[in-house]
Amino acid sequence: MLQVSNLSVARGGISLLHDVSFSVQPGQALVLRGANGIGKTSLLRCIAGLQQPISGTISGSETVAYAAHADGLKGQLSVLENLKFWSEVYGGPAPKSALAAYDLQELAQRSAANLSAGQKRRLGLARMLVTGCGLWVMDEPTVSLDAQNVALFRIVLQAHLQSGGAAVLTTHIDLDLSGENLDLTGYIATAQRSSSTFEEALE
Amino acid sequence: MNSTSTSKRLWDAFWQLANPKVFMGWSGRWLPWLVGLTILFLGSGLIWGFFFTPDDTRQGSTVKIIYLHVPAALMAINGYLLMFVGSLVWLIRRQHVSVLAAKAAAPVGMTMTLIALATGAIWGQPMWGTYWVWDPRLTSFLILFLFYAGYIALWAAIEDDDTAADLTSVLALVGSVFALLSRYAVLFWSQGLHQGTTVNLADGAKQENISNVFFQPLFLSMAGFGLLFVTLLLIGTRTELRRRRLKVLQARERMQ
Amino acid sequence: MIQLFMRDIGLAVRSGGGFGLALIFFLIVVVLIPFALGPDQSALALVAPGVLWLGALLACLLSLDRIFGLDYEDGSLDLLASSPLPLESVYIAKAAAHWLTTGLPLALAAPLLGVLLNLSFDAGMALCFSLLLGTPALSLIGAFGATLTLGIKRGGLLLSLLVLPLYVPTLIFGAQAVRSASLGQPFDVPLVLILAISLGAVAILPFASGAALRINLR
Repeated sequence: MLQVSNLSVARGGISLLHDVSFSVQPGQALVLRGANGIGKTSLLRCIAGLQQPISGTISGSETVAYAAHADGLKGQLSVLENLKFWSEVYGGPAPKSALAAYDLQELAQRSAANLSAGQKRRLGLARMLVTGCGLWVMDEPTVSLDAQNVALFRIVLQAHLQSGGAAVLTTHIDLDLSGENLDLTGYIATAQRSSSTFEEALE
Repeated sequence: MNSTSTSKRLWDAFWQLANPKVFMGWSGRWLPWLVGLTILFLGSGLIWGFFFTPDDTRQGSTVKIIYLHVPAALMAINGYLLMFVGSLVWLIRRQHVSVLAAKAAAPVGMTMTLIALATGAIWGQPMWGTYWVWDPRLTSFLILFLFYAGYIALWAAIEDDDTAADLTSVLALVGSVFALLSRYAVLFWSQGLHQGTTVNLADGAKQENISNVFFQPLFLSMAGFGLLFVTLLLIGTRTELRRRRLKVLQARERMQ
Repeated sequence: MIQLFMRDIGLAVRSGGGFGLALIFFLIVVVLIPFALGPDQSALALVAPGVLWLGALLACLLSLDRIFGLDYEDGSLDLLASSPLPLESVYIAKAAAHWLTTGLPLALAAPLLGVLLNLSFDAGMALCFSLLLGTPALSLIGAFGATLTLGIKRGGLLLSLLVLPLYVPTLIFGAQAVRSASLGQPFDVPLVLILAISLGAVAILPFASGAALRINLR
């Protein structure tokens, strides 16, 4: 489903991760671990196609569903309209089952601006279902969710995995998933590995 | 077979010159010579032009401002051309030196545009009775000045160097198309007062638009301005390279 | 692409910043002109073609930084970029929505405002046509400028600085068409040239803007 080989990642011209390789099979979830600032978000952005890696290849599924820190919701639109828009952009399933999965039916007509932080996050996660994509790439999906809603997220994610989907995510809490963890600490790029053409410009 | 491999080698050797390290080497060696040649050509051209040519029968001594005006205008356009080429090469080949040369060319070209506009105004005052007329050629240079200003402002506004290089290059390419378009739009907009091209290198000598007495020092002065441009460009590019290198070293310091 | 176009129009209508503001700005500019130049009818008729075109152009400029800025801030531009929709299409959809909510109302309102400046009926029609053909170019060029200044905090002023020189040819041909019409001369040549600029902008700028968006998002 996703094959990452010898990937090196940088943020703002500074190398972060070096030579990362892993693969994710259908039905599998991979949780990326590591300290703040290690490059988890940059790695996910590479997989989502928003950023070019310095070197290495990413292959597998052509379209992925990406959930970032910001949910990208439009406050002027209702919950239903927000989901409908993304379902149309991706050509995915209708929003009905996604609303049900995250217990949002009663809020469907409410404008997204009037949602609580947790409700917004749930709407952001429901967006993943309407894309119809097999591979989910999620950056800290459990932030601002309470224990009950984390459980809800786990059920949805597990259902997605059982139906042949896959996921790459970062999280600080233990989700107890049928997946595996990848600790990125071993891949930190050292100063010696990161070289720039400008350093050679000695006179 | 043999010739293709030779041209390939020459091609590679040419791009090797744009490697930052190699560039610092050869530009450093050439710079003193260029400075000397600039002083020689520009000094002799201007002194000859200002003091040892007769006054024009019609225009009097004001004609002598031509030795600043025409070369500066030429370099103003060349500067934009160089910016265009440097940006294009950066977007295609990712050669840092080329985009930094484009960055260094902008303030030089902008200054040349300003010199051309100012000398034109001073020249125009006795000729047309006013410092400024909305003549197509003057207007085009004013627009060129605005394009330079936008390019420089975009460089200054973006924090990340590579992002700035990419975005300013996109602007330079699109801007060139619109600068050319503006040139023709302005021609359409007004038929002007400005005299026709004084110096046309291809057939200027034959047509005798300008007599040889004036042309010889003007040619020296144009060569001098060209050398001045190249000199300033090399100094600017070297400064940019050093600045970038400093940033890399500082970033490395923070990592350790 | 259609969905994004429809969504942006919906958002512009609901937030109230799209339709109204640019039109009211245009009105204010036109109202201020006689205060600056004096109430002489023939003098106003003389400057009306240029002033009206300039007013519409400046009104267009007002909402440019919102085209991508709002989506960039709330993260939906990231999500759009990772969706199957190419960024070139995102650009076209957003420029088209900007034109429909800003350029089109300005073009339709311009002949009415021309009455305030003693513009003849024929010249008013020429103004409407030239704006109908020219405002797409203004939206497309402006949206391109917006992609360049996306990541810059308070980039509104810089955006104007970058976009206004690019507006020069459109303004020249547009005002020329209205001026010719007000003098009773044929104005088909400048109209065709405006159309050419709009078509050229559709052909070239999506690629430049797509590239600029990708550079800003990485």
